[in-house]
Amino acid sequence: MKYICLGYIEEKKWETMSESERNAMMDECFTYDEVLRKNGHFVGGEALQGARNATTLRWKNGKVSITDGPYAETKEQLGGILVLEARDLNHAIQLMSRHPGVKAGPFEIRPAEDLSALVAESERRRSKT
Amino acid sequence: MNDDTGQRLGEMVAALYRSESRRIFATLVRLLGDFDLADEALHDAFKAALEQWPRDGVPANPRAWLVSTGRFKAIDAIRRRARFDASQALLAERLATDTHDPTALDNESIADDRLRLIFTCCHPALSPEARVALTLREVCDLTTEEIAHAFLTVPSTLAQRIVRAKAKIRAARIPYQVPSLAELPDRLDTVLQVIYLVFNEGYSATSGLSLTRTDLSGEAIRLARLLVELLPEPEVLGLLALMLLQESRRVARTSPAGDLILLEDQDRSLWNRELIAEGKALLEQAQSLRPIGAYTLQAAIAAVHAESPKAAGTNWGQIVELYDALLRAVPSSVVELNRAVAVAMRDGPETGLERIDAILARGDLSEYHLAHAARADLCRRLGRMAEARSSYERALCLTRQDPERRVIERRLAELQI
Repeated sequence: MKYICLGYIEEKKWETMSESERNAMMDECFTYDEVLRKNGHFVGGEALQGARNATTLRWKNGKVSITDGPYAETKEQLGGILVLEARDLNHAIQLMSRHPGVKAGPFEIRPAEDLSALVAESERRRSKT
Repeated sequence: MNDDTGQRLGEMVAALYRSESRRIFATLVRLLGDFDLADEALHDAFKAALEQWPRDGVPANPRAWLVSTGRFKAIDAIRRRARFDASQALLAERLATDTHDPTALDNESIADDRLRLIFTCCHPALSPEARVALTLREVCDLTTEEIAHAFLTVPSTLAQRIVRAKAKIRAARIPYQVPSLAELPDRLDTVLQVIYLVFNEGYSATSGLSLTRTDLSGEAIRLARLLVELLPEPEVLGLLALMLLQESRRVARTSPAGDLILLEDQDRSLWNRELIAEGKALLEQAQSLRPIGAYTLQAAIAAVHAESPKAAGTNWGQIVELYDALLRAVPSSVVELNRAVAVAMRDGPETGLERIDAILARGDLSEYHLAHAARADLCRRLGRMAEARSSYERALCLTRQDPERRVIERRLAELQI
């Protein structure tokens, strides 16, 4: 089963860390990512640039409005996503508890939704018209 | 078969339901992998027993018969649904090919199933409210109405909480398993928290609702007894000991008018000696094991009170030592406050007051009514009445529970005289 792990990070804290502290943290994280990859648990993932480079689109008064910044201004911002393959939630919790990134900020684990039935249904609907 | 045998059989099945249904349910959840399917299967199995046993006789192992019948009924039901929903066909096949021998249901595997059920219902990925509701519903077999009544919630809210928790178990795939040895201490902690929360819900309320509330404490004690049987870890023994020792004072801690009577004023002849003896035996057992945890230490403190025939004869020195150990196990300001009160009893109010003032000065207990009430008590004993009055008044502002308010109001009234 696939779990999407959303890794949050307190950007201010990250910026005030020394370079060697940051490097040590990244080395630890990348080493663990390698372990996950080798065992077939790391399905995919991306790190995100800082929230200050985010752009948010919203539907407002019948058109798209564009604003600078993230969707929600919170102390901890989404810093990266990891797609994890795990047997069940206990397994996912076990794998992510050992991820050094958890020390930098919380992980939110969400099971991936299987939309294949909905997609098939939608295709049937669309083919009728 | 005459009516008499029919009636006897009906009674036997009803008795079997009372004693075995939760065990059978736990096993069916494992075999079917779903709470709702297991619930349906359980009822179908008992219905089948009422229909078939009068005709075919009672099977040699009724429990195994009920489990395997429930399982087949569930697979049949899924197969019927598969005609409309293709995804169900796969599920039915997987369950049907799961080679399972009902005679292999030894006592050990059934005990494991009950533990699995407890750990799943108390999983930390569920909200604390959902853990309590699900445990009372699925492990203790209370109805949704009973749980809602005891927690002063609307049944529909509670039912929704349970439905959502079950949906999360299914959708996020919370497994039906006893945690591994490495995770056990943390996960067991969550289970013990649920049990103690249920107990305290039943213990701390008095007055009009006391009847149903007592049932809640009884349910928590039953649950802890089951856990002691399944997983006799030191803290499980410690928690059961603690609850029995507290429960032993129930009758003595409320006046006929529903007022709270504090420990020092209680009529100790009303304490339940049987519960005290059982609690102390469990405590000894817990203390002979390692590590000694927070529940065991709290039980040990309760036992010191239980051993003292009069409030004046309490061994406060021993209580202070136990609070020292408790502070090391779980550093917290509330424990520190309780220790300060014990110190006041051992060394005099002046020393205790110094400590309480130091804790209050730190600010973390400034909104905690019992900290101000304790300060007021010590000021009163030192004859500093004006200070006592202002601390009681502060405590009164912060107290929400009626019985506790009345205790403070009584103290205030005594100051006026």
